[in-house]
Amino acid sequence: MKTKLLYLVRRLAEFVVSLVALALVIFSLIFIAPGDPARVLVGTKNATPELLAQIREKYGLDDPFFVQFGRWVWGALHGNFGTSIQSGQPVTEYVAPHAQVTFELVLFSLVLSIIFGLLFGVVSAKGRGKPRDGVISAVALVGTSAPSFAIGLVFLYIFALRLGLFPIYGVGNGTWTDTLWHLALPAICLTFAVTALIIKVTRASLLVEVEKDYSTFLRARAVAPFAITAAQIRNASAPIFTSTGLVLANLFGGTILVESVFSIPGLGNLLANAVTFHDVPVIQFIALMLASMICLASAVVDIAVAFINPLSRGHRNRFPSKAAARTGEGMAL
Amino acid sequence: MRLQTSMPVSVRISIVFLIVVVACMAFPGLIAPGALDQNIALGAVPALSPGHFLGTDKLGRDVLQLLVAGARSAMIGPVVIASGSIVIGILLGSLAGWYGGICDWIISRYADIMLSMPTLLLAIVAAGIIGGGYWVSVLVMVILYSPFDVRIVRAAVISQKNKPYIESALLLRLKTLRILAKHIFPNIALIIFVNFFLNIAYGLVSMSSLSYLGLGVAPGAADWGRQLSDGRQVLFDNAASALSAGIAIVLTAIAVNLVGNWLTERNTLEW
Repeated sequence: MKTKLLYLVRRLAEFVVSLVALALVIFSLIFIAPGDPARVLVGTKNATPELLAQIREKYGLDDPFFVQFGRWVWGALHGNFGTSIQSGQPVTEYVAPHAQVTFELVLFSLVLSIIFGLLFGVVSAKGRGKPRDGVISAVALVGTSAPSFAIGLVFLYIFALRLGLFPIYGVGNGTWTDTLWHLALPAICLTFAVTALIIKVTRASLLVEVEKDYSTFLRARAVAPFAITAAQIRNASAPIFTSTGLVLANLFGGTILVESVFSIPGLGNLLANAVTFHDVPVIQFIALMLASMICLASAVVDIAVAFINPLSRGHRNRFPSKAAARTGEGMAL
Repeated sequence: MRLQTSMPVSVRISIVFLIVVVACMAFPGLIAPGALDQNIALGAVPALSPGHFLGTDKLGRDVLQLLVAGARSAMIGPVVIASGSIVIGILLGSLAGWYGGICDWIISRYADIMLSMPTLLLAIVAAGIIGGGYWVSVLVMVILYSPFDVRIVRAAVISQKNKPYIESALLLRLKTLRILAKHIFPNIALIIFVNFFLNIAYGLVSMSSLSYLGLGVAPGAADWGRQLSDGRQVLFDNAASALSAGIAIVLTAIAVNLVGNWLTERNTLEW
């Protein structure tokens, strides 16, 4: 129990460190930008000397960098992220209404990815070397290499515009069935882009389990194939679960582009919009929100896996999210 | 010779496709001289119209020619990103791998922290706040991609460091730089090259995502990501405009990945 607690503390500390590093990067960008930070904060408004002086005063731009950073973090911890340049509202009020649809979309895609990832991973492993294994790998390759917005546009054209199976844009009239129907195609696109990881990991770790003695024994005792597969999946659950966490992290990143393709008024679309209008406080807030979600997802999964499977503790990558997403296969080890 | 006999069909097709893309990238003026010629009166005409195989976009520009001309800005960025990050990777990776100790610790922790950052999100945010277009985004990508290369080079250097040929080189009191450059580097060059290749695929996806969001390339420039986002507005008039750009990005990314994966497999077999 003590090692578990120790791991918990260490992983939480890592979470906090990467969060602070992220906040530092996001905050320091306005100072890296060429020219006057005050001018960056003015956005697309007309920069009169009075306005610049006013902004300088308001944000305390003449203070040392870390004083400003500290003040920003202090404000952020109290839910104060400044005022949106575009709308004049407090950033949190401006952004909050858009968060729900993003979370719905991400959750929807996560459920789809787990279902399809497990299904295709098992089918692929059970039929190793057969045509269906090759087909699944090929589709997974398309999913991993192609950018989600390009896939999204192709899907939008085929399924919404040509075949008319799905609505073209928006989130519908608010009833949950209608929302589900509107989010289906974007969710499928996101799923398509991220599921390959779950498929790969499920396939690789199942193939390891199949080789083990207990699998041979179960087969020899003529246990039903379904029950054998269930046992193998249970034993391979730790890497599969880890990959699910990485998928969740990727979903929060991928949603930015997919929302833009399907004109879904979520955080991603709002971010793209804020970027166009140089609405810096909004950009900072959404970036921090999405980034913390990404860090949180991988921290929670790491801790959960460590509690399920003590072997994984300390033997894995410290920050597995992207490294593992790239090497997919290697992660199962 | 072995290289040719063991090459699968998919890899051969990918290589041919990539040669076409590179040709478009190198000589856009020759293959598509009229890419940016506008004909606003014509507007967007659908694909297979006379004289315009893939139709035109909303400014009346020929989509097929735009597609050819767009290869350059779609591919140059990723190539620069991959090269830049591999240079940083080689420098920091060999430092960390060769010297170890505190040097290794600092570089590895730096790589860890950078790896935990969401690449695309940060690139969007950086391009949005800093502004400055294409090359700023390329620079941001170089910084965000390099930790992968640092790790890979570090691991490769460590794997070579304790081999007998290095011991004998040390015994001969060769200079460190010479050992790294002349003895270790040739042995890890293939790993580095494969990683460079795969980075191009990732860079292509990231850069086209940025230009799709209107960051990176200037409005009106020929670029696949840009063409895709502009083409969305005329999806009803000429779907070929957006679709062809989307398909070009997808195919190029798949081709690079196929070749890269094949190289990786060959690489691990030989080791």
